[in-house]
Amino acid sequence: MDATIDIWKVTKTTLFYLLVTAIVVIAIFPFYYAILTSFKSGTDLFRINYWPTSFSLANYQQVFTQGAFPRNLLNSVFVASVTVILALFLAVTASFALSRVRFRGRGILLMTILAVSMFPQIAVLAGLFEVIRFLGIYNTPWALIFSYTIFTLPFTVWVLTTFMRDLPVEIEEAAIVDGASPWVIITRVFMPLMWPALVTTGLLAFIAAWNEFLFALTFTVSNQTRTVPVAIALLSGGSQYEIPWGIIMAASVVVTVPLVVLVLIFQRKIVSGLTAGGVKG
Amino acid sequence: MANLQLKDIRKSFGAVEVIKGVSLEIESGEFMVFVGPSGCGKSTLLRLVAGLEDITSGELKFDGQVVNALTPSKRGIAMVFQSYALYPHMTVYENMAFGMTLEKGHSKEEIRQRVERAADMLQIREYLGRLPKQLSGGQRQRVAIGRAITRDPRVFLFDEPLSNLDAALRVATRIEIAKLHESMHNTTMIYVTHDQVEAMTLADRICVLRDGLVEQVGTPMELYERPDSMFVAGFIGSPKMNFISGKLAENFNAPTVGVRGEHLVVKPSDGVWSGSVIHSENLGSDSYIYVDIGTDEPVVVREDGGKKHQSGEQVQIAPMDAALVHRFDNAGKPIR
Repeated sequence: MDATIDIWKVTKTTLFYLLVTAIVVIAIFPFYYAILTSFKSGTDLFRINYWPTSFSLANYQQVFTQGAFPRNLLNSVFVASVTVILALFLAVTASFALSRVRFRGRGILLMTILAVSMFPQIAVLAGLFEVIRFLGIYNTPWALIFSYTIFTLPFTVWVLTTFMRDLPVEIEEAAIVDGASPWVIITRVFMPLMWPALVTTGLLAFIAAWNEFLFALTFTVSNQTRTVPVAIALLSGGSQYEIPWGIIMAASVVVTVPLVVLVLIFQRKIVSGLTAGGVKG
Repeated sequence: MANLQLKDIRKSFGAVEVIKGVSLEIESGEFMVFVGPSGCGKSTLLRLVAGLEDITSGELKFDGQVVNALTPSKRGIAMVFQSYALYPHMTVYENMAFGMTLEKGHSKEEIRQRVERAADMLQIREYLGRLPKQLSGGQRQRVAIGRAITRDPRVFLFDEPLSNLDAALRVATRIEIAKLHESMHNTTMIYVTHDQVEAMTLADRICVLRDGLVEQVGTPMELYERPDSMFVAGFIGSPKMNFISGKLAENFNAPTVGVRGEHLVVKPSDGVWSGSVIHSENLGSDSYIYVDIGTDEPVVVREDGGKKHQSGEQVQIAPMDAALVHRFDNAGKPIR
């Protein structure tokens, strides 16, 4: 009797870990292969092997010396960071109004905001292009910041509104009684309680802006203003028929590392239960 | 420090009128309790006084000055919420100091002194460095009270501050609030509760509210001895006043009479009413006997603890004194 139970238990555990391994391998393999390729050079690139056989930093060296890649990297950092700061600022203030101020048409407004995010990028591309030309920010980082903020805001506002709605009303009222203005309530009472939501939405907005391709391709023309995804796509080899896989992979790895680092830093800060103790319970 | 005047105060939420014209004067330094069943508008009335809701019509005056349009902090009120409403990310000290740091013109030293004085009054000095989540419910409520004291308000508002505490802590905190009122006898306090025991024990005067209107205002003993309606008579006092109507009340020449359980005695004979005992509760100091004399609800009689009556026993009961019988007309108003 005991033996059969043990066998069943062992099988279950084994199957479970087999499944986990399969999922991890399938999910990680493309990235692993990219990293592997980025360290290869010459004809090695076209030989298929799953373990590192040779090691060379030549690709990385080339990425940083050839063309405007470092400049592109800086552009990406600037565009993504400013987008996140701008989007979070607008979203926090907007969600305070949408969750705490009673006004007519609030529900419809919230649904409209969500609806905006459902448009595919390509549908608004032409219109957005006109707006950007009109504002005179074509081929500058501001064109990208402008368009990314537009596309990030619906999601950011929606998430923060939901989160803010769940903050106890009494805490806000206590702050009002203490003489706090809406600005003080947002910055000194709500923002500290909303860190988890701010970090999560900020991180997602950053990743979206960092990886965006279509707008970046359309709204910039010169090598000096491009962001990294476009720069990688436009990397070219010695001739028309050569695709520099090694360099592309090296560039991709360089681009992904900051994201992984950011997630690792902030996931520790994403702690739940920050509001514990403020009200009963 | 302020006397309050409410003049025909009304409040509507959309089409629903919640406060239907309340006029009331609250003296400087008085402890006023708003009491009533749930939905009577007592919390809304407190929030109107606080400035957390806008007054639809009517005038609210603090010391003769109309404050309808002033924000809570400009009115100089402080409020203790039912759910404590502490700022979870701030320490107890920061919680208590927050209001003062927002006001201009207080030095750090002055703020520290005020916070520490309030903390000493409530014996929470050792918790000043802790976060709210590291405190128990009773301690959190003390911090909330301390936060209100630190602001040195003209009017101190309590919105059912004891309802989240367990029974023992509720009594202890109630006594503490009573002591607080003694030590801050200049500060006007308004306290909302649905618990008539809290109202009786804490209040200088009680305001009984019903359906958005004032039913009666008076000292606890006035309300107990001379209720202005059957509603007040039934609401104040525990156990609830017994109401006897119809034929059984004919002797007293009124449609309905009300007698409190503590004003009834069990007699071997010559009682006014007779019936059988259906239940008895012995609490040690008192015992309550439930007698079915033909009314909808059994009549409750209070006797000294230790007296025993068997269920089914036939007893006769009578009021101790005819003066202790409250007579009411068909509209529920007293006949005096």
